[in-house]
Amino acid sequence: MSKQLQIEKLPTGIVGFDMIANGGLPKGRTTLIAGTSGSAKTVFASQFLVEGILSKANESGVFVTFEESPDDIRRNMISLGWTIEEWEKKGKWLFVDASPQADHHIDEVGDFDFAALLARIEYAVKKVDAKRIAMDSLGAVFSHFTNAATVRRELFRVATAVKQFGVTALMTAERTSEYGEIARYNVEEFVADNVIILRNVLEDTKRRRTMEILKFRGTSHQKGEFPFSVIPGEGIVVIALSALELKQRSSVVRITSGNAELDAMCGSGFFRDSIVLVSGATGTGKTLMTTGFLAGGARNGERSLIFAFEESREQLIRNASGWGVDFEQMERDGKLKVVCEYPEVGSMEDHFISMKTEIDAFKPNRLAVDSLSALERVSTNKSFREFLISFTSYIKHQEIAGLFTATAPTLTGGTSVTEEHISTLTDSIILLRYVEMGGEIRRGLTVLKMRGSMHDKNIREFNIVDGEGMRIGQPFRHVGGILTGNLRFVAPDELDRMSNLFKD
Amino acid sequence: MKKYLMKLFVAGDTPRSERAIQNLKQLCDRAMKDNYEITIIDVLEQPDIAEEDKILATPTLIKLAPHPSRRIIGDLSDQDKVLTVLGVQ
Repeated sequence: MSKQLQIEKLPTGIVGFDMIANGGLPKGRTTLIAGTSGSAKTVFASQFLVEGILSKANESGVFVTFEESPDDIRRNMISLGWTIEEWEKKGKWLFVDASPQADHHIDEVGDFDFAALLARIEYAVKKVDAKRIAMDSLGAVFSHFTNAATVRRELFRVATAVKQFGVTALMTAERTSEYGEIARYNVEEFVADNVIILRNVLEDTKRRRTMEILKFRGTSHQKGEFPFSVIPGEGIVVIALSALELKQRSSVVRITSGNAELDAMCGSGFFRDSIVLVSGATGTGKTLMTTGFLAGGARNGERSLIFAFEESREQLIRNASGWGVDFEQMERDGKLKVVCEYPEVGSMEDHFISMKTEIDAFKPNRLAVDSLSALERVSTNKSFREFLISFTSYIKHQEIAGLFTATAPTLTGGTSVTEEHISTLTDSIILLRYVEMGGEIRRGLTVLKMRGSMHDKNIREFNIVDGEGMRIGQPFRHVGGILTGNLRFVAPDELDRMSNLFKD
Repeated sequence: MKKYLMKLFVAGDTPRSERAIQNLKQLCDRAMKDNYEITIIDVLEQPDIAEEDKILATPTLIKLAPHPSRRIIGDLSDQDKVLTVLGVQ
């Protein structure tokens, strides 16, 4: 195919965006970023230039501002770690200030055009040899002038002319609703080859940012909405891991759960890159099992990372020492990192990004999350599910063994909502249950699912032993209905008859 | 009486530029006698001045003196309106 026919992509450098854009923005073309107020359009426009400057190619950029003053933009972007003023001094960033001026009293008499604006943009592009242009936000021009028809005609002309500069351009436009027409003035979308929509939807009292590529003329992109977050010091981070193909390698290597009896129940341990869900009511021993999982890793020289959303660091360390595990020593040996956070500190997207950052930095072999239910509490169904898909696929890509806990809502039996969301994403499920027998509460454990392996189908009793941890014992015999919480006792001879039923 | 100081920004030798220049000259001769000074700037040749004065549209007329400063965009076809805006009796 001739080279001219193919549309080259320009990597923006915005994390995750280049993935959903199948490489980046179409090079030498104009892309429209449409979004409601507060949807991070200006951040996207700025970051487009920032990443150009920071890239290996060290590309200069021109920022045409129609709305905020250059001073406001300089100030606002500092929180994202972008020192625009320095880049201006180095000739890498140039503003064309088309923002409204308070001291300009303007009247319109007769016909006019935007040749001056165009001449200024062209002059700026030549001055810094710009490869990228951002125009923010086009619709604001309408507020400067009374003659909307002329503005529409002239904007069209400017946008068409910018295409001739041989730069990659990005224009932002204001939308009035999240799911309505593309842009307020219906002109912006016609001048752009490509349209990206930023949304900032209010869902169950929580804001959720998403990005959707609506069209890339003549070239491919991922479809649908992808969540993103605006991170101080980083800017926009798009969570695009669900765009990854499900092509993780499956390992047959087994690792210890930290408990020899449980390993035996699972058919000699968990798989190295599998995700295990431990579900049970409060106090059934989920944190204990997590602790054993981390200690088992340390014994074999593996590194573990735990995200704790329910207990503080001190509580975790004290609990662990009660079961004979020294978390502080493990941390000193570099075998463990404990990260405690309140789920309420951020959105699911924020959590995902900070967790990913921790994983990338620590590079663990094992990862525990205690508990997923705490995270679920602060999110909507949709964003929780997206988080789980992205997160599990991410850690599988890294070949990390994951152990997540989920809290069941009732003391005996029942399933948690968390389980419903995650059960199909996990390779193994272990249930912990209270069993009321003979006037006392005992604890039961069963391996419900173990993908790719035989496992013990019994519900076994276990005890929590001081200074030692979990001791798994014999199966509950003569009892049925433990999982549902409706116990019934089965006579021994009946049980023998049942188990011999299928024997010759 | 104070002298009228004005800048007119046009873009190239287009009919619109010509119209604006003609209209301005006519109305100045009519209402300001010789008491005016106009600088004509072609934004295609001097975009840096357009940048400095933050000009978006062409033609743009800026009245610098006497105070207060005023801006008029368009080809100045309605000369009476232009005079009113400029504050010329």
